[in-house]
Amino acid sequence: MNALTLWFHKIGSPPTFYRIAGWLGPWCFGLGLLLGLVGLYGGLVLAPADYQQGDAFRIIFIHVPCAWMGLFAYFFMAANAFVALVWRIKLSEILAMASAPVGAAFTFITLVTGSLWGKPMWGTWWTWDARLTSELVLLFIYLGIIGLYNAIEDRRQAARAAGFLALVGVVNIPIVHFSVNWWNTLHQGSTVRLMGPSKIDAAMLWPLLLMALATHLWFFGSLLARTRVGLLELDGGKDWVRTIALADGARSHG
Amino acid sequence: MGSFFAMGGYAGFVWPAYAVFFIVLAIDALAPRLQRRRLLQELRGRLQRRASRDRNGTSS
Amino acid sequence: MKPGSTSSACAALIRRDLTLVWRRRGDALNPILFALIVVALFPLALGPEPENLRRIAAGVVFVAILLAGLLALDTLFRGDYEDGSLEQLVLSPHPLSLLLACKIAVHWLTTALPLIVIAPLLGELLHLAEPVRWVLVLALLLATPLLSLLGAVCVALTVGMHRSGMLLALLVLPLYVPVLIFGAGACNAAQAALPYLAPLLWLGAALVLALVLAPLACAAALRISLS
Repeated sequence: MNALTLWFHKIGSPPTFYRIAGWLGPWCFGLGLLLGLVGLYGGLVLAPADYQQGDAFRIIFIHVPCAWMGLFAYFFMAANAFVALVWRIKLSEILAMASAPVGAAFTFITLVTGSLWGKPMWGTWWTWDARLTSELVLLFIYLGIIGLYNAIEDRRQAARAAGFLALVGVVNIPIVHFSVNWWNTLHQGSTVRLMGPSKIDAAMLWPLLLMALATHLWFFGSLLARTRVGLLELDGGKDWVRTIALADGARSHG
Repeated sequence: MGSFFAMGGYAGFVWPAYAVFFIVLAIDALAPRLQRRRLLQELRGRLQRRASRDRNGTSS
Repeated sequence: MKPGSTSSACAALIRRDLTLVWRRRGDALNPILFALIVVALFPLALGPEPENLRRIAAGVVFVAILLAGLLALDTLFRGDYEDGSLEQLVLSPHPLSLLLACKIAVHWLTTALPLIVIAPLLGELLHLAEPVRWVLVLALLLATPLLSLLGAVCVALTVGMHRSGMLLALLVLPLYVPVLIFGAGACNAAQAALPYLAPLLWLGAALVLALVLAPLACAAALRISLS
């Protein structure tokens, strides 16, 4: 077995990953918070007001990164679910299930901030156009996955069943993304492009991209924290968890 | 400063949106910590019960 | 038909399921009654003016049939799960997806087909316009098998859970939404004298895809929940 495979297997071992996630998680949170504050300063203070939407457009700096994260979290969850179902890797099961609540949180924020942005701009809190409806359906899919995971007693079987559901729901992701192109929607089309120039002012773009990075880091911080809990739950009877449980008890009493 | 908070008249929409953003993400970051604490507490309880059962036998 | 071959196994399964339904044929009326009640509630809630009702008739009938089908979905595997024959089915040497396709077909025949037969009556209760009636029936003929197939995948994931009703509805909703949008959309287009072929073709395409993939997904889901 070569060094890379060995390293890969070591990382997958629960106590090792628990330790790594333990110090990596806070760094993700810290860095995410820092970049987020810088990005929000750029977005709220430095960027000029939009000529059409005035200061209301500043919701973009939280709405769009959260929308991107809702989709990214689903993609991450589905990829891990696929690995978990095909290769039965424990860590992938836990990573998949840990991404669901975070993705649901980002999707929820997207819907609420979108509604708060839509009221002054479009005159309505909600409309049943393709983008909003498919985003709402995405939230339902997340809730269904979380619900199914919590409904089954055996954690590993629960993760496999919920992971399977996540794969079935993958079909919604391209619908959410391309809905603004495929249908006539109230929601505006995409302005930020991965390849080629974006149709947005530079002073508004850099805070947006910084916020995207910050939310990614927050996602990974939350994911690692939840994965730690999942590993403890799964390996509850093992020695390494017992040591941690007793040490935690000594720390809180001593 | 006042004009910053007024957000061009849209303050009633912008600030609640940012509040939702911060509050939901804060809850999302704190929830695993609470879960971890509760789980370790439960595990300790289970270990104690098992240890006392091994010591005293199950007839008690 | 050689005994022990896959085709005889499928035939036996179909015969068994039909016999079981026939023995409790009173129960088969339940989805029909439910759909009727749902449809009857709307004029009571919105007032009996034919103009108002005509506008929402196709959509309401579609939703009523969708909900009735959702309630009936639970019976797909419950009986077999409770008496152990579901596990025998999973263990059989014949392709599970084929056996499940037969089960889903019988289930559709005995729960959804009666609903499609009374759909014109339900439409009439809401003063549905005459030309839309046949578009509604056609849309239902394409949509209900799709709903049965998609629903079967979700039921397979929750098989054996005691109070899975609400969870099942939550799981199945994101998959049902596009079907409803296209199905009811075709009916509403026909009502507005607009072309309605495109949504029906989309439903047809999705149905063909589901006929091939859903039994396979259902078999995989069943293996996961019974493991």
